[in-house]
Amino acid sequence: MAEKMNQTQNFLKGIIKENPVFVMLLGMCPTLGVTSSAFNGLGMGLATLFVLLMSNIVISLVKSQIPNKVRIPAFIIVIASFVTIVEMVLEAFIPFLYEQLGIFIPLIVVNCLILGRAEAFASKNDLLSSIIDALGMGFGFVIALTVLGAVREILGNGSLFAWRFVSENANTFILFVLPPGAFIALAYLAVLFNKISIKTS
Amino acid sequence: MKKKESTFINMVGSLLVITVVAGFSLGFVNDLTIGPKATAKLKQKVNAIKLVLPEFNNNPVKDIQLLKLENSKDSIEVYPAFLNNTFVGAAVIGRTDKGFSGLIKIMVGFKPNGDIQNIAVLEQKETPGLGTKIKGETFLKQFRGINLSSYNLNVRKDGGETDALTGATITSRAFCDATKMAYEVFTIKNDSLNAFEN
Amino acid sequence: MEYVLILIAAVFVNNIVLSQFLGICPFLGVSNKVTTSIGMSGAVLFVMTLATLTTYLLHQFVLVPSGLDYLRTITFILVIAALVQMVEIVLKKVSPPLYQALGVFLPLITTNCAVLGVAILALGLESGSLVKAVFFAIANSIGFALALIVFASIREQLELADIPKGMKGVPINLLVAGLLSLAFLGFTGLV
Repeated sequence: MAEKMNQTQNFLKGIIKENPVFVMLLGMCPTLGVTSSAFNGLGMGLATLFVLLMSNIVISLVKSQIPNKVRIPAFIIVIASFVTIVEMVLEAFIPFLYEQLGIFIPLIVVNCLILGRAEAFASKNDLLSSIIDALGMGFGFVIALTVLGAVREILGNGSLFAWRFVSENANTFILFVLPPGAFIALAYLAVLFNKISIKTS
Repeated sequence: MKKKESTFINMVGSLLVITVVAGFSLGFVNDLTIGPKATAKLKQKVNAIKLVLPEFNNNPVKDIQLLKLENSKDSIEVYPAFLNNTFVGAAVIGRTDKGFSGLIKIMVGFKPNGDIQNIAVLEQKETPGLGTKIKGETFLKQFRGINLSSYNLNVRKDGGETDALTGATITSRAFCDATKMAYEVFTIKNDSLNAFEN
Repeated sequence: MEYVLILIAAVFVNNIVLSQFLGICPFLGVSNKVTTSIGMSGAVLFVMTLATLTTYLLHQFVLVPSGLDYLRTITFILVIAALVQMVEIVLKKVSPPLYQALGVFLPLITTNCAVLGVAILALGLESGSLVKAVFFAIANSIGFALALIVFASIREQLELADIPKGMKGVPINLLVAGLLSLAFLGFTGLV
């Protein structure tokens, strides 16, 4: 039985103390894979936030009806359903983003963040706390992905959200929109994040 | 909050309920989105056709012709265009899987004599800022007016006349590949199209 | 000849971890020792190949004919989860020592994006066939193994190096992965 928890703390923990990307190292694949531009990072973050929120809600609502032994398959079905919904809606209404995110949309289902929160939180806490938890973790994820995407886009393409601030043929740090750049950019962002979180705690 | 016991019936029952509910919800959303999906795809094609062909006043989508090449899974779409019943060109969808990130689909507009009117990129997943520049004016304008019977459509590295994108040779090569394929289909269809009276 | 190209592409040019970003979680999480990396790679090879085989057939003979292609994600992940469970049970009975060696990695493989990712990628192969899809899966697991084992051997050396405090742990691992990815970038243009 979960005690009444401070919902502000609940929300904020997902942003700094337990940030899914920088602290818990969850959801690394999409973090590195789709952040070659800020828009892609933001889009992926929001898609993941949606799935996380919906699955936390459903699982928190039906948790007493799911026998312990089959909880993982049950969670997977719920999560996979919401991912499929996102897939279909994106393909129909935002085809550009669907194209850019490509294979990483169905891969949201194996994002350890979502299954992790279902297992560690939503299946053990009330509806409101689960919603706030999802929002906190989700926004932590969105922020991480958007910042990484922005850094890579600025350095690698000289633009931000497709708004160019150097000329078309300027020499940009192309490495950052390529795979190695993802690792390197994230490495330095992780250092920065650690410094910030030490200061704020 | 006590959880349900993990008896066999409970386990199977709860999974069954979840699966059925999930199945129905997905079927429902699928029905909702299938229309908009098709509309979005069609709109993209129609816009591309208009972009790559000279003026026409038929309905190329209605007059679509399909051609199946030997070693490809799907048929190639050819959209003939007529202005007052005279054949003025055809748009062919070329595709290749050899892009840096896989599939690239382009719409190539040919004049009856085989000259390329224009090319539009339909689908690609290339690296933003690098491979995605194939959609850009700077890259595309070199293809207008060329005729593959006399133009060596390869990147300069491979001995051809095409200027590849800096840092995106693979994408540029794949683009040439797709264009060549579209040309191949066009030449096969051209004879029948020229004789085709709308 | 085409199979050689698939192999080279999957292992070097489009390495599943270092250029396609699939399988990063185990890559960063399990690679602190070479021995565990080898174990994980073996388990992945096994599951990835079986999974791709099953999902390819499922897709071709069930999903597409009945127009249920949109259920692809959900059926694939359930197949993978079920497969992993089955492999665990079978392995426990048939070869307890092998189970001991691989045992702890098997449940982790369900959420390994590389397995689901390769299963989906195998559907889009040029003029695909079942044989090609399975070969593609084997080739990609070799690529995974290569990246993982090389990374693990570097990390073992890194333990003895003098790293600035702010870079210890996650940052330095990511940086090394980046340099490894940079090295592999040199393979583009091979095929």
